[in-house]
Amino acid sequence: MAESVLHVENVTMQFGGVVAVNNLSMDIYEGEIVALIGPNGAGKTTAFNCITGVYEPTNGKVEFCGKTIVENHPQGKMKKLYAGDSKELYPHVVSHTPDYITKMGIARTFQNIRLFKSMTVFDNVLTAMHLRKTSNVFSATFRLNRKEELAQREKTLELLKIVGLDELKDELATSLPYGKQRRLEIARALATDPKLLLLDEPAAGMNPQETEELTAFIREIRAQFGLTIFLIEHHMNLVMDISDRIYVIDFGRQIAAGVPAEIQNDQRVIDAYLGVDEDG
Amino acid sequence: MQGLLPYVINGISAGGQYALIAIGYTLVYGILRLINFAHGDVFMVAGLIMVYASASLPMVLAIPLVLILTALLGFVIERAAYKPLRSAPRMSLMVSAIGVSYLIQNLAFYLTGGLPQPVTNPIPWVSDMITVFGAQTKRVTLVTPVLTILLVAVLVWLTKKTKIGMAMRAASKDFETAQLMGIKINSVISFTFVIGSFLAAVGALLYFTNYPNVAITSGGMPGLKAFVAAVFGGIGSIPGAVVGAFIIGLCEELIKGIGYSTFSDAFTFVILIVVLCVKPTGLFGEKATDKV
Amino acid sequence: MKKNNKRESIIIAVILLVVLAVAFYLDAKLPSYHIAIKVIKKAAVYSLVAVSMNLLNGFTGLFSLGQAGFMLLGAYAYAVLSIPVDKRAGVYQYFNGGIVKFSLPEVFSGILGQNVGSVVGMIVALMIGGLIAALVAYLIGLPVLRLKSDYLAIATLGFAEIVRAFFQWNALGPLTNGSNLLKSYPDLGGASSYLILIGLFIAIILLLVNSTYGRAFKAIRDDEIAAEAMGINLAHHKRLAFIISSFFAGVGGGMLAMYMGTVQALSFKSTMTYEILLIVVIGGIGSITGSVITSFLYIASLEWLLRGLDSGEFLGIQAPGLFKNGFRMAVVSVIIMCVVLFFRKGIMGDRELSDLLKSKKHTSKGGARNG
Repeated sequence: MAESVLHVENVTMQFGGVVAVNNLSMDIYEGEIVALIGPNGAGKTTAFNCITGVYEPTNGKVEFCGKTIVENHPQGKMKKLYAGDSKELYPHVVSHTPDYITKMGIARTFQNIRLFKSMTVFDNVLTAMHLRKTSNVFSATFRLNRKEELAQREKTLELLKIVGLDELKDELATSLPYGKQRRLEIARALATDPKLLLLDEPAAGMNPQETEELTAFIREIRAQFGLTIFLIEHHMNLVMDISDRIYVIDFGRQIAAGVPAEIQNDQRVIDAYLGVDEDG
Repeated sequence: MQGLLPYVINGISAGGQYALIAIGYTLVYGILRLINFAHGDVFMVAGLIMVYASASLPMVLAIPLVLILTALLGFVIERAAYKPLRSAPRMSLMVSAIGVSYLIQNLAFYLTGGLPQPVTNPIPWVSDMITVFGAQTKRVTLVTPVLTILLVAVLVWLTKKTKIGMAMRAASKDFETAQLMGIKINSVISFTFVIGSFLAAVGALLYFTNYPNVAITSGGMPGLKAFVAAVFGGIGSIPGAVVGAFIIGLCEELIKGIGYSTFSDAFTFVILIVVLCVKPTGLFGEKATDKV
Repeated sequence: MKKNNKRESIIIAVILLVVLAVAFYLDAKLPSYHIAIKVIKKAAVYSLVAVSMNLLNGFTGLFSLGQAGFMLLGAYAYAVLSIPVDKRAGVYQYFNGGIVKFSLPEVFSGILGQNVGSVVGMIVALMIGGLIAALVAYLIGLPVLRLKSDYLAIATLGFAEIVRAFFQWNALGPLTNGSNLLKSYPDLGGASSYLILIGLFIAIILLLVNSTYGRAFKAIRDDEIAAEAMGINLAHHKRLAFIISSFFAGVGGGMLAMYMGTVQALSFKSTMTYEILLIVVIGGIGSITGSVITSFLYIASLEWLLRGLDSGEFLGIQAPGLFKNGFRMAVVSVIIMCVVLFFRKGIMGDRELSDLLKSKKHTSKGGARNG
């Protein structure tokens, strides 16, 4: 078995009395493409936010390549309100800001595209390399980091060629068509040099042809950059086509996990998506 | 303690005046998320109008005229300087407010010739000297907190029970949804500015009774302090603004009382920074979160 | 592209040299109290302060209104450190000559000779002013930089008011002269020396803005959440921008003190911050060129071109009833409001001089944005 890249253990995210993610445990292994699916409001993006440090989960632990990046147990007001279990298991508190987690090697894209809107395509990608710089503010201001800057610029151009945006590099990022903006977001995430890439609904708003292109593109970058990919998606064709394994959650809880063929025939998954007739 | 008593009385009075200004800030912030930097200057203009009106008109006409003209000024400012920026970023709106403040001060400078206008005809009765617990003061010191509480009670009733008040609350909860629900957002906003300016005018009438003159910069400090009071109480909350204003007023007078007059203004801002850092949403404010 | 860059650089260099040559010429021909020289000096100082504010408000998206406070720190530091020793008894007449018993320009004159030494001393005093402002920015930044947009604005505005009160405190009199004037300190020289020094500072800011750190600042302005997700540490970079901006505000404050000849805490009011903010906005938020051009336009109109509006005659029109004291400022503030409301991008938008010089094809970047 390959090494576990991302290990999520009993993660619970509770906002006041609302449990958005409930006791979620997952493992993602090196080189896999894993999908997280579930009906709207199931807690998928919240799970992403817990992993990337945007939210501090109420309870649970996340490990990345064997290192604990997030760990928490209910504190303060939450001690009383907490509705989940296994809170004794996590005595430590490990909390990092999102930028630190990105530096460790987890990059992400956003459900509602968040590009740097005043910047060109080129600068969007170049800016994402800021975290790997070795210069400080003085050496950068007085151009003592020329070598590094040039290397970053070259790498940016290379990345843009790979994603097919090199001809548009001087355009404003927000002037690109929607599908290309999504690609640019992926390129920007790749520029942070990640091991694990989290994609939050990368095919949202795409037509079938664009979705197909995206599927090929995700496979391609996995091979080229040696990535592990974890994605949230609603396009079932893409999910079933691309995923090695799938986790399904509903109301924050995992209801199924397995390879695409298993998930397609899982009664609980079908119920969650189509609804169950309570009386029947 | 006896020595501090006049300061306590003055503090409560100052608190009442700040409260009347602070409500204007808090109402506007609630709906537009805008620090209306021009509000302090509206307050100053009310003082100026009073000086001019009371010089040529009988008091029974002068006072309503001040209230009406100031409310009108609030309305005009909103329509001219904030309405065109409805969809602009918040920073543009704030810059516009600063621009309006700058404009009002400069226009006032031009019209008054840059000289502080002496308050020659203070409002009778409230400006009489009285003795409270052995301390000499003007009657306005006692009238202010009472009138403030009364007006706030009316305002709270207005926002809770009337249709326009409910529309105001809806708009401050969620601007866009309120609009979709058929609330005429522009008239609600105008109404908010009218109320805010009206109360500032009342505040100005009381405030300048205690002062020998109205200068073009007279609005700046009380304005800023009232804003601090609004933040302190939790911006967007009317009771919060009132409580905050009384606390600020008292603190500032007590600082004077113990002999640090230089710091009476600065102390307000120390309170501000401490409150913002400890509880950024103020005493009664609600928490807002960004969606990722 | 490369070739184009070179051509732009040459044009910009020529423009700057011409400006400098004019300044040298004016310095040589006109007396130092001539209005043209005063305007250039004051406008140069305002440029620096406006650019430093733009770095924070325009490039990093932090809405700070503490500018006057940091300027005050720099102004006082410069004045206190460079008043000649034999004049201190007169300046600090109520405080026994003050507690600072040396003057940096004099100290350096002793080492490096009269002319070079006093200039070096003045520059060192300016730098110390900047560093003090930067240090205070670091300290005040720890709590306030966690605040969001308008709360940050009001907290920094409050900070500036606190500083102002603090410097007027009598107990600090031996250092700050309480609420009295500080004066008799030396001035750097004519218009050309101001332009050279300030040009240098602005060039440094320009280099910073175009470096990897500048990109990180812009990323924070555009989208904090995305910037953080791309590995940019928000707290660190915001603090950095705040400190650097305050450093230059402090230096600018020192130079303002130099230009004015006297300094008093009373004059560093929030109105001063507003004035600078409006210059930044009119020049274009995020454009250094815009801030500089607007500073010169603003100061030149206010101090010189529109003088007549206050004194009865303007453009040959005589109307003493209308053109009286204060009319000039009223007109200027109406113009400002028009720009704020109807030309929201300001004079330059977020473009720089170099963007304007690029050929049509390349300016499509700016065009697309305005469209």
